[in-house]
Amino acid sequence: SSHEYKLNFKKSKEMCLSYIQDAMLQKQWKRAAEFLTFYIESLEKDFSREYTSPSEVIWRIGTEILCHHSHSSMKEFNSFTEQMKTLGVKRYLKVCLEHTFHLLCNGLIDEAYRNLSLAESWRFGEQTVIQGKEMKLIKAYRGLLDYYSWSKQKNILLEHGQDGFEDLSVEQEMHGCFRKAAVNLKEIIKIPGVWDLFVKCYVDLLEFYGDHNEARQVLNEYAYNSKFPANPNAHVYLYQFLKRHGESKKSLISALKILHDIVPSHELMIDFNIMLQKSKKRKRRRLGLEVIFAVLDYAGWKENVKAWSCLARQVKQIVISEKHLDWIKQEWNSRKDWWPAFHFSRYLAKKNWQENESLSYEKALVAGILLGKDCKYFKYVSHHGCKTQAKRFRILKKFVNKHNPVYVRISG
Amino acid sequence: RDFNERCAQCSEVNWGLTDGGRFYCRSCHNVTEITREVVNTDFICNTRIQTISKGLRKQEKTDGGCEWYVCEGFQLILKKQAEALEALGVCPQMKDEVLCNFWRRYLQKTKQAYCNTTAGETVKALSVCDSSTDVDSEPERPSPLHLLSLSESEGDLQTDSSFASSISKVSESTSVCSGSVDGSLYLMKNRKEKLRMTMPMTLSFCYMALLWLREPMTLSDLLRFVAEGHIPYLNVFQHFPEKMKLYGFDLKIFCVESWPVYEEVYNKMLELAAFLDLPRFPDITDSCFLHPDMLSMKYLMEANLPDELHNWTCRVVKKICIGEADFLTLVPGNNSTRNVKYDVLAAAVIVVVLKLLFLLDDHYEWLLSDFAEERNKNNKEGGPYFEFKKWYKVIKCSLDVKQKKLDEERAKYLWRCEKLLFYSDKKKSKVLKRRQTVVNLQNQFGKLSGSVLPAEKPNPSSFQLSWSEENTDGSCFHGHSLKGILQEKCGLLTTMNPDYWLCTVKLCNEKMCGHLAHYGEVDFPQSYNFVIRLFSFLLRIQPSYIHDEVCVIEHKLFNKKLCKKPKYNTGLRK
Repeated sequence: SSHEYKLNFKKSKEMCLSYIQDAMLQKQWKRAAEFLTFYIESLEKDFSREYTSPSEVIWRIGTEILCHHSHSSMKEFNSFTEQMKTLGVKRYLKVCLEHTFHLLCNGLIDEAYRNLSLAESWRFGEQTVIQGKEMKLIKAYRGLLDYYSWSKQKNILLEHGQDGFEDLSVEQEMHGCFRKAAVNLKEIIKIPGVWDLFVKCYVDLLEFYGDHNEARQVLNEYAYNSKFPANPNAHVYLYQFLKRHGESKKSLISALKILHDIVPSHELMIDFNIMLQKSKKRKRRRLGLEVIFAVLDYAGWKENVKAWSCLARQVKQIVISEKHLDWIKQEWNSRKDWWPAFHFSRYLAKKNWQENESLSYEKALVAGILLGKDCKYFKYVSHHGCKTQAKRFRILKKFVNKHNPVYVRISG
Repeated sequence: RDFNERCAQCSEVNWGLTDGGRFYCRSCHNVTEITREVVNTDFICNTRIQTISKGLRKQEKTDGGCEWYVCEGFQLILKKQAEALEALGVCPQMKDEVLCNFWRRYLQKTKQAYCNTTAGETVKALSVCDSSTDVDSEPERPSPLHLLSLSESEGDLQTDSSFASSISKVSESTSVCSGSVDGSLYLMKNRKEKLRMTMPMTLSFCYMALLWLREPMTLSDLLRFVAEGHIPYLNVFQHFPEKMKLYGFDLKIFCVESWPVYEEVYNKMLELAAFLDLPRFPDITDSCFLHPDMLSMKYLMEANLPDELHNWTCRVVKKICIGEADFLTLVPGNNSTRNVKYDVLAAAVIVVVLKLLFLLDDHYEWLLSDFAEERNKNNKEGGPYFEFKKWYKVIKCSLDVKQKKLDEERAKYLWRCEKLLFYSDKKKSKVLKRRQTVVNLQNQFGKLSGSVLPAEKPNPSSFQLSWSEENTDGSCFHGHSLKGILQEKCGLLTTMNPDYWLCTVKLCNEKMCGHLAHYGEVDFPQSYNFVIRLFSFLLRIQPSYIHDEVCVIEHKLFNKKLCKKPKYNTGLRK
């Protein structure tokens, strides 16, 4: 690389910054701090025409160093952050927020709360308006901390209740926290965004005080309002709420259906399949099959016995009834090119057999039906299974042999 | 006042000054042709006024400052720089006579065209020092004094009142924007005005003076001393007296945000020399430090190359006649000859010699080195033969270490100084607050830096790399012999290498293209790049400058061959 012998202020500071970054990447905090010391003078306005503000860079780098440096303390961090707040008015609330997060990560909840309250009361002309979003976040997090207090007090009350004590002051405080929390939480979840934690807490509050309607409305909004980004968790929360309140199967299913569309590999899909399999309605059972096949498309479920047993049960049930074989055919069509290698290789047969008999049992059934009795997987497992004299394997073998023609029909 | 000649007409010693700046005898009113424009390098903030033209110098401003002009600031700076150079060993003549006279001449030349035209009025910028308050009033030294600026129309006589009022008008309009009286005007001056003084130009002045005196300091040495802090440049304004307040436009003039660049300083120096109508500079002869024979010896030592190479460099110098005084000496204003950069020239000569001996095509030099190594095994008498490979290893190691250190130093460079500057009073509190924050943060993170001592200023040294023959590790190559790579032919030692490759087949037109050749590392052998990089580091200049010079030397050296054949390949037989 050619070395530039021209040096100006801007270039010198750029070089300094790259040294800082190198040191940070290599976790050499002392060295990073050393170079940062030389970088700091770039905060003073330079006399060249361009004026770039390095204060954000310094804030972020300084924070990083102070987080990791062995000699740094919370006190140092606080003093540094306070200076950063005064350095850039345009960034004031952002710095406050990050400061809060840091305090929370270090377990200093009260201090974090004080920090947020202080920030909430900040006013600075038009900056207050410009930083409106940050202000909303600050209020929201304070609401969250209020919820946390509420939660603690609730637990105290419950304990006392068990002991037979009554504590009026705690109860009143608790209600106070509820009010403060509810106001702020409600505000923030109005804005389109991902507010999982806030929603959960808010719903918890509403449920405790018996306002189920409001809770349902909140969850519906969160899940179905198109302005909000697609969020699988929203549907999970809704589902869980509906389940808690014993809502109809129909509503449960419609909630989970959307989840299936967004995240086919979600863990709730197992429950979903079980629910659908049991249904009397044909459409739902059909959906159930679709759901369970989709789950097993994902590598994370490959060795999950429960998933395989669901699929096995449903496939078995269909085969026995001799109705709706075309369902299996439809599902298998798009999978027959890659599932054999993905799930039913000889290597996997051996591995599954050695590690988890039940798994291999379920899988063997599915393999036997989908690929026929002569497929590698079924042959291996059934052979070894029968050797162990386990009854179920003998039954399995018989079953697959009996229904082998099915395979022919499916694979065609 | 200190003009003590006797009047030609009446033999009295009783002089006054006309408005036109000439001496006249008060007794017989004989006007002489002698003008008074001598400048002292001291700045004195004056309290009394000489009322030659009845000009008034405004007293203290509200903030305790006094009026000062931009050129007074530069004068101070030059003085500081000259003092620093004297401390480095430069002869005192430089400060007391040479630089002084150059500056005086510059002021003369520029003041003649220097004309403030606010609202159409011509104003004399005047600052006068009283001789009695002068510190150095020794008879031999140039006596203390004033700057006189002549207005455009010389015969213009101003009345007392109008002159006084015009001075104050200027002060009022400019003092808001700058601490100096003429700061804003200085920057707004007509572009056609040649050679407005700048910070880099102070170094051009210094170098010009050094060259005039043929001091043993090259321009690259000078600039290196500046970068190392031995010569004040960055933040030199902090040495201005308290009363010289700096703000507003002054900052644009006196505060630098970049290191001076070799080319810029050099070219300005040439412009300056021509502008001042200087005559031919004192001859650079072969006993001068700046002569390529001398300089190449120095660089050979610094590059840890065998002394024997010096014979070769002298031969090349002689062959292409670059050792002649006429070639080397600066003649200002002469645009026909290419001006000489002594340091670059000497370095380039060495590079050419290395190419002559070792070819440096990434192949031959290593073969030759192995060959020398073989011969070394049987070499019992005398010193060892020079092996390129060994030298390369030693130098590369040192160079990498030094380069890395230099890079870190440059990244750690601190540009601000204690003295705070601001554009206007409005910004003052903000700047102060900011400074406080900076100091706090520096302290905080300084503590976390571990026990790192602040980098000490290196002692000024002419040599950046030094090698001692007393080292038993064999890392010094000065005494090594070239016999290992030479052969005897007709009783003479010549190179074993019969080939040569030209860096460029054709030189570009410098005026059109800006360069004589184009250097790109990928286009040339690694060994060549290495050697260029070495000298680039020593001289602290872009590798392309050295490469350009190498091309020029090669073209001179192989001139005949180049002229003969219209087309040829880049390999040449010597």
